[in-house]
Amino acid sequence: MSTIDKTATVPAPRGGDHTGPLLEVRDLHVEFHTRDGVAKAVNGVNYSVNAGETLAVLGESGSGKSVTAQAIMGILDMPPGKIPQGEILFRGQDMLKMSNEERRKIRGRKIAMIFQDALSSLNPVLSVGYQLGEMFRVHQGLSKKDATARAIELMDRVKIPAAKARVSDYPHQFSGGMRQRIMIAMALALEPDLIIADEPTTALDVTVQAQVMDLLAELQQEFNMGLILITHDLGVVADVADKIAVMYAGRIVEQAPVHELYKRPAHPYTRGLLDSIPRLDQKGQELYAIKGLPPNLLKIPSGCAFNPRCPKATDLCHTEVPPLVPVTEQDGTELPGRKSACHFWKETIHG
Amino acid sequence: MGRYVIRRLLQMIPVFFGATLLIFLMVNVMGDPIAGLCGDRQCDPATAAQLKKEFGLDKPVWQQYLTYMGNLFTGDFGTAFNGQPVTELMADAFPVTIRLTIVAILFEIVIGITLGVITGLKRGHPVDTTVLLLTLVVLSVPIFVIGLLVQLLLGVKWGWIEPAVSPEAPFDELIVPGLVLASVSLAYVTRLTRTSIAENKRADYVRTAVAKGLPRRRVITRHLLRNSLIPVVTFIGADVGALMGGAIVTERIFNIHGVGYQLYQGIVRQNTQTVVGFVTVLVLVFLLANLLVDLLYAVLDPRIRYA
Repeated sequence: MSTIDKTATVPAPRGGDHTGPLLEVRDLHVEFHTRDGVAKAVNGVNYSVNAGETLAVLGESGSGKSVTAQAIMGILDMPPGKIPQGEILFRGQDMLKMSNEERRKIRGRKIAMIFQDALSSLNPVLSVGYQLGEMFRVHQGLSKKDATARAIELMDRVKIPAAKARVSDYPHQFSGGMRQRIMIAMALALEPDLIIADEPTTALDVTVQAQVMDLLAELQQEFNMGLILITHDLGVVADVADKIAVMYAGRIVEQAPVHELYKRPAHPYTRGLLDSIPRLDQKGQELYAIKGLPPNLLKIPSGCAFNPRCPKATDLCHTEVPPLVPVTEQDGTELPGRKSACHFWKETIHG
Repeated sequence: MGRYVIRRLLQMIPVFFGATLLIFLMVNVMGDPIAGLCGDRQCDPATAAQLKKEFGLDKPVWQQYLTYMGNLFTGDFGTAFNGQPVTELMADAFPVTIRLTIVAILFEIVIGITLGVITGLKRGHPVDTTVLLLTLVVLSVPIFVIGLLVQLLLGVKWGWIEPAVSPEAPFDELIVPGLVLASVSLAYVTRLTRTSIAENKRADYVRTAVAKGLPRRRVITRHLLRNSLIPVVTFIGADVGALMGGAIVTERIFNIHGVGYQLYQGIVRQNTQTVVGFVTVLVLVFLLANLLVDLLYAVLDPRIRYA
């Protein structure tokens, strides 16, 4: 099933007369105040998602992709977490300025999240039917009986066999793939406008990964939802995403429509990531790996955070932080949606 | 589940015989039971010999044990030092101790869990530090010091309560003794709940519950508490048995005529029948309480299944 060319079949946007993007993150900063100092997890992230669009956020562990998502959901541990500046606009309204109660009402109903490890993310002592039904009971005030009926519908929806018989089973009685389907069902329950999926397939084996991603893409198209897909798996991204944001040390270092990024990366870090994918035609050769380790967030290197690991780093990279600038063709024609935060993006993309 | 319960009940039989035999032997080592009957004076050798023959004390210990067990199964627990049947003593003593235990357990549940939840949610807060310090004090001071101090202050100096509980021991007179009896366990329950809550607070499923947009209250009661209370329930269940037998000190201090008081009398008067009889019942209570806790565990945590 193709999920890329869905623009033709997009249903009318749902709810509200807001015209801009569904979600817009502007100059978001997140810090964690620890005993050892201030860890700067997110340092000025900008991205936006429209209804029906899939944004993939790519990056290593500790690059700030999950923290950004948690800030959007409002489930950061604060303290130690802190958001010193930035805006998170949902349908044009800044969620960071809302009261706790207003934000709670958005959570689950308008923006839902799918977590990585479904076994630990589902409550072990409550039946899946209860946990699914809870969405309807709390947000819509349904009775226990009606909520269970809706829970069964949801389980059917995400293709769990014998939903009716399994509704009172507990999470540990399901397989990994089925558990992740339950997570997806829970996120879908109230047909939210936006779903944030934080590495939804990392804990699954490859065949199940594909099934779960297909299901997610299918449901997203059906409900015309925005999707933020957080992952470090480049293979998953290529199939479902519309655009990609690559994060490094809490900043977006490159932004591009999905296939252009694979064809012509405009940042050495992205290039490194793409080069480290195992390829059949290079069988027997040594696999490429980016040198070094991700930076310590307590002391991010000066200038471009990637400079200690970058094969092309110069003195300029040690002193100047490269801004995220639009990328153009060699003749100066614009490449829509492409941005790079490298002093030498020209050499990287056209070199 | 049914088979598991039957297996556990069958396991109780050897434990029961082992425990009673042990107690029987220990009480025998305690000294000559006839000497106790004569009070502080030396017994007349002829009377002593006659009494020994009458009670079967001239026979070997194993025979005494068999006779005792035989009588036990016909409901005869023997007679106490004052000539009363031990069963009658039990009928008087157990209701009192059960009332005392209920009061103590209620304190543990209400105060212990509440303090535990508050401190667990506010770790590092001044409230947390204060409560933690208080529990440490309670844990480190022996229970008889707490009991005597409370009796002296509340009962004698300020006259808020009667220093000694009346023989009927109604619930209202047992509030303060119950609190004293519960004090150590209460401190444990507080600390156990606190650790459990603080640990589970960061669990993934709590984060999921928040992300679902549930109100904070619901997140805490339905998701956090439900999981955090499993170890606490286990502790409180096992404590029922311990409290019933361990009330000797508290019952002595407040002059409560319960199990602990009778046991104490039995030991002082070297009355084998009373001591063995009461301890046997306590062993049974303990075993049953433990079985209940294990069954409750399976109800609270569906991941545990007994086959």
